[in-house]
Amino acid sequence: MASITLKDLVKSYGDTEVLHHIDGAINDGEFVVIVGPSGCGKSTLLRMIAGLETVTSGDIQIGDRVVNNLEPANRDIAMVFQNYALYPHMSVRENMGYGLKIRGNSKADINRRVEEAAAILEIGPYLDRKPRQLSGGQRQRVAMGRAIVRDPQVFLFDEPLSNLDAKLRVQMRLEIRKLQQRLGVTSIYVTHDQVEAMTLGDRLMVLNGGYVEQFGTPIELYDRPATLFVAGFIGSPSMNFLPAEVASGMVTLANGARLAGGGTASGKVTLGLRPEHLIADETGPIEINVQLCEQLGAITLLHGHLSGTDVECVASMPGHVSAAPGTLMRFAIAPEHLHMFDTQSGKRVDA
Amino acid sequence: MLKRVHFPSSLLPYLLVAPQIAITLVFFIWPASQAVYQSFLIEDAFGLSTEFVWFENFELLFEDDIYLATFGRTIFFSAAVAILSMSMALILAGFADRVVRGATAYRTLLIWPYAVAPVLAGALWVFMFNPTLGIFPYILDFVGVDWNHYLNGNQAMALVVFASAWKQIAYNFLFYLAAMQSIPRSVIEAAAIDGAGPIRRFKDFIFPLVSPTTFFLLVINAVYAFFETFGIIHAVTQGGPANSTTILVYKVFNDGFVGLDLGGSAAQSVILMVLVIAMTVVQFRFVERRVQY
Ligand SMILES: Nc1ncnc2c1ncn2[C@@H]1O[C@H](COP(=O)(O)OP(=O)(O)OP(=O)(O)O)[C@@H](O)[C@H]1O
Ligand SMILES: [Mg+2]
Repeated sequence: MASITLKDLVKSYGDTEVLHHIDGAINDGEFVVIVGPSGCGKSTLLRMIAGLETVTSGDIQIGDRVVNNLEPANRDIAMVFQNYALYPHMSVRENMGYGLKIRGNSKADINRRVEEAAAILEIGPYLDRKPRQLSGGQRQRVAMGRAIVRDPQVFLFDEPLSNLDAKLRVQMRLEIRKLQQRLGVTSIYVTHDQVEAMTLGDRLMVLNGGYVEQFGTPIELYDRPATLFVAGFIGSPSMNFLPAEVASGMVTLANGARLAGGGTASGKVTLGLRPEHLIADETGPIEINVQLCEQLGAITLLHGHLSGTDVECVASMPGHVSAAPGTLMRFAIAPEHLHMFDTQSGKRVDA
Repeated sequence: MLKRVHFPSSLLPYLLVAPQIAITLVFFIWPASQAVYQSFLIEDAFGLSTEFVWFENFELLFEDDIYLATFGRTIFFSAAVAILSMSMALILAGFADRVVRGATAYRTLLIWPYAVAPVLAGALWVFMFNPTLGIFPYILDFVGVDWNHYLNGNQAMALVVFASAWKQIAYNFLFYLAAMQSIPRSVIEAAAIDGAGPIRRFKDFIFPLVSPTTFFLLVINAVYAFFETFGIIHAVTQGGPANSTTILVYKVFNDGFVGLDLGGSAAQSVILMVLVIAMTVVQFRFVERRVQY
């Protein structure tokens, strides 16, 4: 087990810099999820930690060793790939035992450890099959098994669940989390799915365009998103953004409505409101012209725009609600649920 | 399975395949059937009369120690050419697969030898190994090797093996490189993370995963060494010294056109024909299986 430190890490391919000065410290035993949209550099960052990509500048430290120039084999890590990368010509048993065999463990020891891991992952009956004779979910487990038998210091996961169907994905997600807690191995998990990220991670590193937008616990990211990007990325349905002006503790919306809040900020801002924080209230300041009701069973999503403007706005209400298109509904919101961002830089301003 | 598509019958398809069929008939079926016919004839020493003898030519061949020795030599020669050129190609492809910069130039250069005609390839090696003028005998002299493939049968064999293998490396290289590039990158990366160094990765992953290609190339190279090395041998040693580099195809030529034993030569070429048909069958069987894999 080990901590991982990233110091001013840069990655360029030729002249294009794809990761810009990444800093971050991952504690021993922590489960960190790297999350961001496609092409933001998540896989690149993970592969640099694994030693599959070179470091352009900066340092990667695992434990107290700088590993920049170490071969993957010498970093004491295990990785689960998106396509599983099982060895097609080897049985499940050989797949899982290969790393141990290379390290020169005895046959008996390899067998014992492979069978132990197979029991944990419930793949005991398939040990003598070839990967092509397994279902996607079973292959996924074998890939996990190959990672855990070696008892490495760090687990790296690159979107390991993205090839599974929705139900299996939820189930495997829980299993990965339980397994990690049981083994206590420092883990880095890459995904573009924010729900997966929120449920798995002790902490989330949100990447966007090669920059770290925010690095914190899921609750921190939800309660105090540091940037517009994080605010929009975390939470479902995503946050409403409305142009607004703040002055001396009052926020004025585009249609002239005024809300209490805003703290010490002043001037033009982008106001962020989570749909689930809008409370239906006859006397509330926010009036929405509802266009569409989306019934999800437990909640109803009301899509519309701020009355008198064409600013889109979504509200979430518990239970079943129906409203004809064009209905005007009023909502209130608690001052602590207002998020204010600088419209230009996208940075949070009420800090 | 291929889909069975039915076209309304018309003359056009027949017209389109007619040239190919004509070529096959004139240049393959006709000479082949002539060879089969010839193999049943024995001509007297003066070429005045011929006699139809059924399989006597074949019986004579299989009682002939020189022919059987040639058979053994041919198998040794093919095995040597196949193993040498395939292992060189495998190693080169292994390196080319890892090259990042300048990969295209590297590959193009490696493919060039394939464009050289067999006789020219032979001539090239003859010059390089000429006992009095060549560069290699000069170098070998320093390490105490007295090179003269005009006198030494083993050296002559080595030379034709080198020349034939060299020419085939390019072909094998292309297939090996393609096979290696179709191995998922992540499998090799997973092996690297599991602790396998470059040599182990080659031995435990790349080599087994290109084994279908190895089998395919084995057949192709055997056919090549059996039949297509004629030009090289003719240019380098002409089967000598003392028949030490006479392989089956070369013996067909020698007995037929030099020795003028047309019946015997025809019988040999029929045997070769049977061999090449057998190898082709093996290869097709295998190619079919490979598609499913
Ligand atoms: N070998 C390469 N050469 C040049 N650019 C590359 C290379 N590999 C990746 N990139 C670029 O680096 C950026 C990050 O790629 P990366 O694979 O890390 O994205 P990602 O966040 O994992 O995306 P996804 O969620 O789609 O997997 C992309 O813009 C990509 O085009
Ligand atoms: Mg990726």
